[in-house]
Amino acid sequence: MKKSWFAVLAAGAIAITAYVGEAPAQQGKVDLATTTKTMNAIFSKAPEAWKAKIVQDETQKACTTYRNSPPPAVAEQISEREKKNVVLPADGKFLGDWKTGERLAQSGYGGRHTDDPKRVMGGNCYACHQLSKKEVSFGTMGPSLLEYGKIRKYKPEDAKAAYIKIYNAQAVFPCSNMPRLGHNKHLTEQQIKDIVALLFDPESPVNK
Amino acid sequence: MRGGRAAVFGLAILAVAATSPASAQAPADASEKEIERYRAMISDPMSNPGFLFVDRGEALWKTKRGTKNVSLEQCNLGEGPGKLEGAFAKLPRYFKDADKVLDLEQRLLWCMEKLQGFDTAGVIKNKFSGAGRSPSDMQDLTAFIANKSSGMKYQAQVSHPKEKEMVAMGEALFYFRAGQWDFSCATCHEAEGQRIRLQGLPVLGKPGKPAQATMGGWPTYRVSQSQVRTMQHRIWDCFWQMRFPAADYGADGITALSAYLVKNADGGEIQVPSIKR
Ligand code: HEC
Ligand code: HEC
Repeated sequence: MKKSWFAVLAAGAIAITAYVGEAPAQQGKVDLATTTKTMNAIFSKAPEAWKAKIVQDETQKACTTYRNSPPPAVAEQISEREKKNVVLPADGKFLGDWKTGERLAQSGYGGRHTDDPKRVMGGNCYACHQLSKKEVSFGTMGPSLLEYGKIRKYKPEDAKAAYIKIYNAQAVFPCSNMPRLGHNKHLTEQQIKDIVALLFDPESPVNK
Repeated sequence: MRGGRAAVFGLAILAVAATSPASAQAPADASEKEIERYRAMISDPMSNPGFLFVDRGEALWKTKRGTKNVSLEQCNLGEGPGKLEGAFAKLPRYFKDADKVLDLEQRLLWCMEKLQGFDTAGVIKNKFSGAGRSPSDMQDLTAFIANKSSGMKYQAQVSHPKEKEMVAMGEALFYFRAGQWDFSCATCHEAEGQRIRLQGLPVLGKPGKPAQATMGGWPTYRVSQSQVRTMQHRIWDCFWQMRFPAADYGADGITALSAYLVKNADGGEIQVPSIKR
């Protein structure tokens, strides 16, 4: 038992050293700086404020470099960084209004260059997740969230974990395909609470 | 015409493949039904609306325009001046005169400017026509030219160093994650069997049937938009969904992405204009 643990650790250490030692562009033939230049040039006529939106942060750079499969050491760096980026509600409450949460989960509005920045943005959860039995138009990029709260017996620590997941998916899963909706200022604290209520209120269609 | 039907069937197959067991009973959404309706309508071979664009494109190809008052008939799309058959199947490709890899849309702009002495500002402004608005020259011309490769297979061009470079750049761009939603093309077009809402997402990040079936149907008549749409438009549209800024028309980065997608679609049969949602 002990021996096999050592073996695993040793193998891990070798893997980490190997990865850390490699150049960032190891996943492809083109380095990130050149790729970034070409990407930016696609939007040369966009307003400056819009160009700024696609400047990559460290996490986006790492996920690009490793094509969403970061080696363990890099994955660790990402989750450490993103955990620090999570801002929990000051009042210590995680549950809002599930009815508002359902509307937000349905709406994909916001953030596109033709969208009205004054209109309420949505969380677009149904684009990727099944949430309630009533809604048949749901995507499958993420796992089904049917009965999410019920399965977890509505435990407060699980509601907190869901808040963190929605606020910053990569604090939980480095290079997840799920957007960091709170961190990227797409959803507000209150909106995330409303969506957590959708997952954790016994009266919500998710748990019915 | 046959092209239209084949592509619709292709789409249906993709949709079925993308349906997980949990959602197998989910009813088709409204746009899928709309495509069904169109499929019934186009049992008459001459009523695929995409062919109106092809016909307009042919007339435009032969129209004398620009300061030089010549038509596009001497435009070299890679197979020699005026040679249309099979030209689209080898695009994007390297053009010696431009010393660049160009896609069909960039090449057409090049010919308008160099051959016809035509001011392309208006054409670029009207690149994507809205429903009910005046036709777009670019949409009409691409429909006409691509149709001349219908029934042929994509022959991705990756022999010239600049072509190799372009494909490699396209691949790199495909994985570039950014923006308010942390998206890259790979977010939606890498894993198999995924959907956004009910829309099946074709796997485009590797060679194979999904990339072949997808790319073989572009340009396409999009039912939801009542327009023939080009690959430049499709990629503009995906950037829009990704919460990226508005893409420049004819940007080299878009050609790089197309070159990469065509490489993954190599050997796939072209059937255009197809009909898609
Ligand atoms: C673009 C796709 C996408 C969107 C939009 C999205 N998610 Fe996710 N989500 C995923 C993926 C992929 C996973 C699985 C990987 C992971 O855990 O990060 C996931 C995982 C989760 C999990 C963890 C599930 C578990 O195993 O416990 C929760 C909870 C969740 N999402 C909730 C939400 C909510 C609520 C929203 C909307 C506010 C949302 N997601 C929006 C893609 C998405
Ligand atoms: C947020 C998800 C998402 C992202 C990210 C995305 N796409 Fe798409 N893409 C879609 C959807 C949805 C469709 C439409 C599928 C349909 O019509 O059924 C689509 C369609 C396409 C098609 C045509 C598919 C067909 O069936 O004909 C191509 C080609 C394509 N995307 C390329 C790209 C490229 C290149 C990028 C990156 C620049 C990209 N996509 C990024 C969601 C996405």
